[in-house]
Parts: sequence; C-alpha cells; structure tokens
Amino acid sequence: MRYPLFRLSIFVLAAVWPLLWLYQAWIFALGPDPGKVLVDRLGLGGLIFLLITLGMTPLQRMTGWAGWIVVRRQLGLWCFAYIALHLCAYLFFILGLDWGQLTVELRKRPYIIVGVLGFLGLLALAVTSNRYSQRRLGARWKRLHKLAYVILGLGLLHFLWIVRADLKEWSVYAVIGVALLLTRVPAILQRLPRFAGRKSGSVTKV
Amino acid sequence: MLIKFPRASDSSESEVTPESLYLSRRSLLGASMAGLAIAGLPAWARAAEASRYADVEAGSPPAWFTEKLPGVRWQAVNVQGEAITPFKDATHYNNFYEFGTDKGDPAENAGSLPTSPWTVVIDGEVGKPGRYALEDFMKPYQLEERIYRLRCVEAWSMVIPWLGFPLSALLKAVEPTSRAKYIRFETLQDPKHMPGQRSGFALIDWPYVEGLRMDEAMNPLAILAVGMYGRELPNQNGAPLRLVVPWKYGFKSVKSIVRISLVAEQPQTTWQKIAPDEYGFYANVNPTVDHPRWTQARERRLPSGLFSPNVRETQMFNGYAEEVASLYTGLDLRKNY
Ligand code: HEM
Repeated sequence: MRYPLFRLSIFVLAAVWPLLWLYQAWIFALGPDPGKVLVDRLGLGGLIFLLITLGMTPLQRMTGWAGWIVVRRQLGLWCFAYIALHLCAYLFFILGLDWGQLTVELRKRPYIIVGVLGFLGLLALAVTSNRYSQRRLGARWKRLHKLAYVILGLGLLHFLWIVRADLKEWSVYAVIGVALLLTRVPAILQRLPRFAGRKSGSVTKV
Repeated sequence: MLIKFPRASDSSESEVTPESLYLSRRSLLGASMAGLAIAGLPAWARAAEASRYADVEAGSPPAWFTEKLPGVRWQAVNVQGEAITPFKDATHYNNFYEFGTDKGDPAENAGSLPTSPWTVVIDGEVGKPGRYALEDFMKPYQLEERIYRLRCVEAWSMVIPWLGFPLSALLKAVEPTSRAKYIRFETLQDPKHMPGQRSGFALIDWPYVEGLRMDEAMNPLAILAVGMYGRELPNQNGAPLRLVVPWKYGFKSVKSIVRISLVAEQPQTTWQKIAPDEYGFYANVNPTVDHPRWTQARERRLPSGLFSPNVRETQMFNGYAEEVASLYTGLDLRKNY
C-alpha cells in the first residue's frame, strides 16, 4: 500500500466527526433539537466529502502528486457513509421511524425524492468501487463513475430547496461545485496551472 | 375538524406545571455539563437572585419594566400538563433571520442591538396616530403572564411564559376608524446591528412585515409581549416589543416592532411574498394542511433527547380551537392556509 500514513490520517479525520457529534449529542451539547442538528451536519458533511473527492483529480493534475488519487476512493466512500448516516438520522429523528409517513414523503416532497435519487447514485458507486467491479466493468466503469457529477447536481438541488431565507451558504458550495465541474472540461483541464510536476511519488510532505 | 376542549387556557394556580417536573430534566442536563456551563457563565448570572424560573439569566431591565413587575398577574393563562421549555432552550434556539439563519445566530448576534430608547409609530386608519417612546407607549398597561404553546412552521414546538398585555387594549386606545380592517406590523430595520439584513444573498425584502385581520387582533389570546420567564425580553427573542399569537405558526409573532399600522387592505406579509405556496396570510396551526415540504400533523416538542425524540400530535389551532375557531367559520382553511 502506498502512502499508508496519508491514508490513515484521512481515515481518522473523517471518522472523528460523526463520533464527536454523537458524543456532543450525548452530553446535550447540541441544543434542544439534537436530531435535527445531526441530520444537517451529516448532510453537509456528505456534500463536503463529495466536493473534496471531486477535487482530487484536478489536484493531482496540478501538483503531479499521486497521493491524491490514492485517497480518492476512500473519500468517495466517506461521502457515501455520511449520506447513509444522514438518511438514518432522518428516518429516526425526523420521521420517528414512521414508515407510513415515509411513503407519503416519497410521493409528495421533491427535495426528499431528489435526495433519495442522490443516495441511490452514491449506493451504486459505493458497491462498484472495488477492484473486481472495476475489472468487470472495464471502460463502462469510468462512465458509471462520472455519475458523481450528477449526484453533486442532485445534492445541490436538494440543498437549494431547503434554503429558506439566505442563499449565501448554498452559493459557496454551488460555486465550488461548478468550478470542479469546469475543471473536467478538456480545454480548461489543459490550462490548469502546474506546480512541482517533477517526479511523481516524490517525498512530498502532507 | 373541531374538537371540544375544556377551556384549556384558563387555569387556576393549582394546575400549573409542577416546577419539579421541569427541574428534573435540568438537573440531569446540569449534571453532565455542569463544569462547562458554570465555567462559561458570567459572574452576574451565577450570582443572580433566585427567580421564578430556573436558570434564568438576569437581564438589565429598563426602569419602566421593573416598575410594572410587582403588579403582574402571574399565570393569567396557562397550559396544563405540559412542561415549560427551559429558558436556555427558548433563548438559544430560535429563528430571527435579522440576526442570521442558524438557530443559534440570534443568541450570538443580537446582544448589541440597542433596545432603549425605542420608538413605536402608530399610524394608518386610526383616530390617534403618533410616535411614542416605549415607556410612554407602555404606560397604560398592566402586565399579565401568558404561558402559551409556540408552534414553529418547521414542526418544532415549545411552551413559553410571556409577559405582556392584550393587543385589543392597544387597539381600543388608538381608536381605529371604520376603514381599519387589518393591522400591519413592521420590525426594526437596522443593518448595522442586524447582520442578516446586511447579507447580499438574503431572500427577504427587509423590513419584516406581518399582519392580522382586525377580529383576530381583537381576540383575547393575542398579546403584545415585553418579557418572558419573569424578566424583560432577551434581544434574541424580539426585544423590546413583540407580538404573540399562539394559535398561529411562530413566524406570525413578529419581533422588535417599530411600527403598527391599521390598514384597509390585507397587508402583504414577508413570508407570503417569498413563497406564497408555502406560507399564507393566516398561517393558523393546522395538522391537516401540510407544508409543501413537510407534514404538519406532528411536531417535535423541544427539548427533545437523542433517544427520546419527543414527537407529538399537532393540535388544531395549536390547542386554542375553543377560543379562536369561531373567527374562521365559513373560511376554507385549505385555501386560506
Ligand atoms: C437519502 C436521501 C436523503 C434524505 C431523506 C435527506 C433528507 C434531508 C433532510 C430532511 C434535511 C433537512 C431539511 C431541512 O432543513 O428542512 C436534509 C438536509 C441536507 N441534506 Fe439531505 N437527504 C438525503 C440525501 C442527501 C444527499 C445525497 C446529499 C448530498 C450529497 C444531501 C445533502 C444535504 C445537505 C447539504 C443538507 C443541508 C444541511 C444544512 O441545512 O446545513 N442529502 N436532507
């Protein structure tokens, strides 16, 4: 395994947040409505991991360091994990495990439908993220994993429909998302500035 | 759907929520956070004299407020069998978009708002228009404590002891003309002290505007509040003067009021303007009419624990049907949400 330390630190950094939030909820430090706070933090965390994941390829192009690509899959799986927890928190805290109400929500609320589509997309990417699927799917695997950008669009739409009074926070994520999408346009990709493109896998410090 | 309740809001002293019920949760909370919380409190709060409610941060009340306190009619209206929300939760978890969109923003950012001196303008279709300094505006009124349920349109709820006086008393005093059909309220606009009003991305067209039909405003449950939990209103809860209409969703209870106008036409209110399909002029609490994005049939009564979500059925008119349902006979509440 290459870059074991880098991978491990990403793992620890990503795992620590949900545990910390759970602990905060446990000691009543999340205010009077801890369930809702957990839903929001996990949703936002998932979106942030998605953006970070999509940032790895352009970063690798710009720095020439292979480590970014090595952690890309792990970051994508963390995005999935956060959103899966986001869904669980929603089912438990907001719906109170009322399955009848869930079918109502799934029929009536566009933002929930869009969220679920996003989750199903992430699920598809997560189950095909292993080597075996990569080999089996071959060229189709690459196309399939372009789905990440569709999921980003769904996630941003889901988020937009939740905004009630101020678009500032949403705009920040949307701008970053659009910027990342633009880096995949070949003409722009070629013009990305290159730093330190010497030997790949050199002793870059993280 | 009209259910007959016993007159739920009149109550005698003996029916008041036992304080121990509500204290027990606080002590649980306290035990786990004691170190943190106490260390974080300023000295004056720790030294505060025992107040009517537990853990109430002492404020710095204006003189006119202190003078009215001895004459307060405590628990003039109460709720039965429902615990009062802890002061900390009612003051640190609320919406007041002038100070930011997070629930914690109002508590964080409202501290510097100057609430004294404060001027209230009365205008429109009234015999006695005028501009009043708040202490003069308040002079005629005796304060009453009204313990009301508060149901937010976002499907959470609390129980809060307000101090105020009936809005009807003000309306009688200002002598509405025969053209006065609605009452329109306006919140302060002060971008210097209200960071939410400085945001270039805000969807709200400031100042915040709310309104009531004249007969709604005359209903005895509608009050103008100047205090809560036995003290003056904290800034984040709408100091120094706010409306409280407990049978409507919380956003109708407009905060930090600077202008009250009597008008002939139904005023266009802030949320109605932003999203008319989501927020209507009436905004009566109604479990049978969903918000387009979530159900209104149930609510999370706060504080809710991590493993006891405290979800309960929402009541028609927030449990005040007996007092207010007659205002809406013949009105289709599905259309007039
Ligand atoms: C599995 C299906 C999903 C469900 C049922 C769901 C449900 C929810 C709910 C109920 C909220 C809170 C809404 C409110 O404030 O009123 C929320 C917020 C959010 N969700 Fe989801 N969601 C889902 C999938 C996703 C996905 C795929 C993403 C992103 C990739 C996402 C990102 C977010 C974000 C960013 C927020 C806003 C958090 C905030 O306000 O700070 N969600 N979601």
